[in-house]
Amino acid sequence: QKWMKFQRDFENFKTACIPWEMKIKEIESHFGSSVASYFIFLRWMYGINMILFGLTFGLVMVPEALMGKPYGSLPRKTVPRAEEASAMNFATLWDFSGFAQYSVLFYGYYNNQRTIGWLKFRMPLSYFLVGVGTIGYSFMIVIRTMARNANEEGGGDDTSFNFSWKMFTSWDYLIGNPETADNKFASITTSFKEAIVEEQESRKEENIHLTRFLRVLANFLALCTLAGSGYLIFFVVRRSQKFALEGLENYGWWERNEVNMVMSLLGMFCPTLFDVISSLENYHPRIALRWQLGRIFALFLGNLYTFIIALMDEINLKASYSLPFLEEEKIVKYNMTIWEASLYNGTIPENSTAPPIQVDPADVPRGPCWETMVGQEFVRLTVSDTMTTYITILIGDFLRAVFVRFFNYCWCWDLEYGFPSYSEFDISGNVLGLIFNQGMIWMGSFYAPCLPAINVFRLHTSMYLQCWAVMCCNVPQQRVFKASRSNNFYMAMLLFILFLSTLPAVYTIVSIPPSFDCGPFSGKTRMFEVISETLEHDFPSWFGKVFGYASNPGLILPFILLMVLSIYYLNATSKSYKEANLELKKKLQSVRNRGLLI
Amino acid sequence: VYRLHGRYHEMAPNVVPMDYTKDPDVKLPMQLIINMPELKENPFKERIVESFSEDGEGTLSFNDFVDMFSVLSEMAPRELKAIYAFKIYDFNTDNFICKSDLEKTLNKLTREELTAEEITLVCEKVIEEADMDGDGKLGFADFENMISKAPDFLRYCFKKKI
Repeated sequence: QKWMKFQRDFENFKTACIPWEMKIKEIESHFGSSVASYFIFLRWMYGINMILFGLTFGLVMVPEALMGKPYGSLPRKTVPRAEEASAMNFATLWDFSGFAQYSVLFYGYYNNQRTIGWLKFRMPLSYFLVGVGTIGYSFMIVIRTMARNANEEGGGDDTSFNFSWKMFTSWDYLIGNPETADNKFASITTSFKEAIVEEQESRKEENIHLTRFLRVLANFLALCTLAGSGYLIFFVVRRSQKFALEGLENYGWWERNEVNMVMSLLGMFCPTLFDVISSLENYHPRIALRWQLGRIFALFLGNLYTFIIALMDEINLKASYSLPFLEEEKIVKYNMTIWEASLYNGTIPENSTAPPIQVDPADVPRGPCWETMVGQEFVRLTVSDTMTTYITILIGDFLRAVFVRFFNYCWCWDLEYGFPSYSEFDISGNVLGLIFNQGMIWMGSFYAPCLPAINVFRLHTSMYLQCWAVMCCNVPQQRVFKASRSNNFYMAMLLFILFLSTLPAVYTIVSIPPSFDCGPFSGKTRMFEVISETLEHDFPSWFGKVFGYASNPGLILPFILLMVLSIYYLNATSKSYKEANLELKKKLQSVRNRGLLI
Repeated sequence: VYRLHGRYHEMAPNVVPMDYTKDPDVKLPMQLIINMPELKENPFKERIVESFSEDGEGTLSFNDFVDMFSVLSEMAPRELKAIYAFKIYDFNTDNFICKSDLEKTLNKLTREELTAEEITLVCEKVIEEADMDGDGKLGFADFENMISKAPDFLRYCFKKKI
């Protein structure tokens, strides 16, 4: 007996340890399981980001901070003399230049020394492996969660006695606390409403032809909107290139930020448009949510794609005016040798055998460092995205609720039922925002190791802010529906974004030479050469030989073929297992109905 | 049992004697019982007390009190709990759970948050699901049949600790 009691207490303790469980249960009882599924997703993302943060912080930032050369000892670690005056300003720090740029937060700070400190910690190798490892870990965990959810889905949704059980067995007789009782009442009501919606949907009779026609029309409208927004972005980007050619000083604030503003505005208004279109379609709310998510996803992808084209165009434009990067680097190197020579008051030395003169690192001319630039862009984007979300919540939800509540007394029509009223929680917008944010993090964390840290902080505060905002300013939706028990739809989108965001990083690792003057890979022709270097120096020679044989394409191609075949085989067997499972279940059901089983 | 007696006594100290050897005839009114902390939040508290009271009025003697908590405890067998559950949900005590009983149960559970047509829908569904003999209301056999298959019955219902 005591053992059972102990087990129960331990279960209670374990549930109490899950962070934010109480908050999420409260939201679930008032708003339904679909809104709660967003928060559960948020919590899961927080877990992943914590682990990514642990990896980057523990294996990359801390060793460099503790064991690498300190600030000011190398040129790449110091703020250049020209910028020193403004390096400590808040504006510069907020923009992540100045002191923030020349610190462990960004790629450019790291030294390319092979081992650092007394532990002989291999910094460049660790940087590379952590970068690859974060991506690998994310893939693994997304796929593992998808597989686990796929297993649960075969549970079988249609139980008999659904409503009867809800009515007679849902009250928990152990409740003695009035607040818990309130939550329990709300959750029972919501659960009934969800079941009622399911029942109504299954009873609905459809006029097939009319519905089909309306759905085709709705899809056509959605496609038009997507095409329109793509063209608009393209047009605006072309205009901004024209402005750039003529010099940005001639134009005001709007022209300078036109691209960003247009993208944000599109992101704000098009989803509402999609919402209106979807009311034509008359789907089950869960399916309608999926269509909505899919369309907004396509919208954001299109916007991102055009934005990236714009960026590449701009880089090419700059490159065709000033010389491309390699040329620029050569020129800077040449300038540096000339500058050194000027210190010796003489001709350019062939071999510098003269003793090195002490030069303050801040004065050394610096080469371009595109990785840090890219990292900075991503960090700025994340920060501005966070700010926009928080401000939208505060203004869109909170101020609106305050306005409706207090001005209702002195307004012509009933504000609470009429036009503004309280806002509902926008599931699709928030989920997509979360997924795209994570895509940014994955893209940028190779160039800016501080990104997972920033994201952990952002998710933490976002959880509290959104929980408070939901409970305080939103009302439950008109039709509450049960979320599909697995979050597989969100996972599939996440996987797709993960794949897309690792492509740029992989491309740069494999084909672009790293900057010669900054970062842990400076001096090499390709970033992945750090691995071959490690193999040469640190492992016994037979290992290198074995690896050389193994990386022969003749061996790798059959291996890939074998893996594809085994995937196909496993898929086929799992399908047959599922069918066998369904057959058994049907048999069980029919036997039970006949009354032979109790 | 001593603990139960302690609780019974503290509800009305001036009425309940400490000494039960002479088997006095003491009954406590319903109002005191439903204010007990274990029952206070329960939407079915009046029904619970009524179904255990001998005279049907809702006053509990000490025997009834002990009966009530023994059925509500974890030790009671499932059939006994099912019998008393049926009594509790049968508001008009006609030994059948008819549609109006279901409506009252639903209203108590949701604190009257559902609209009228939602309530009728749910009640119809319940009768459709559980009524085996087709008389439009749930007899004890139907109820027993349905409850015995429910996984949650023992977990949530009818567990009290003193």
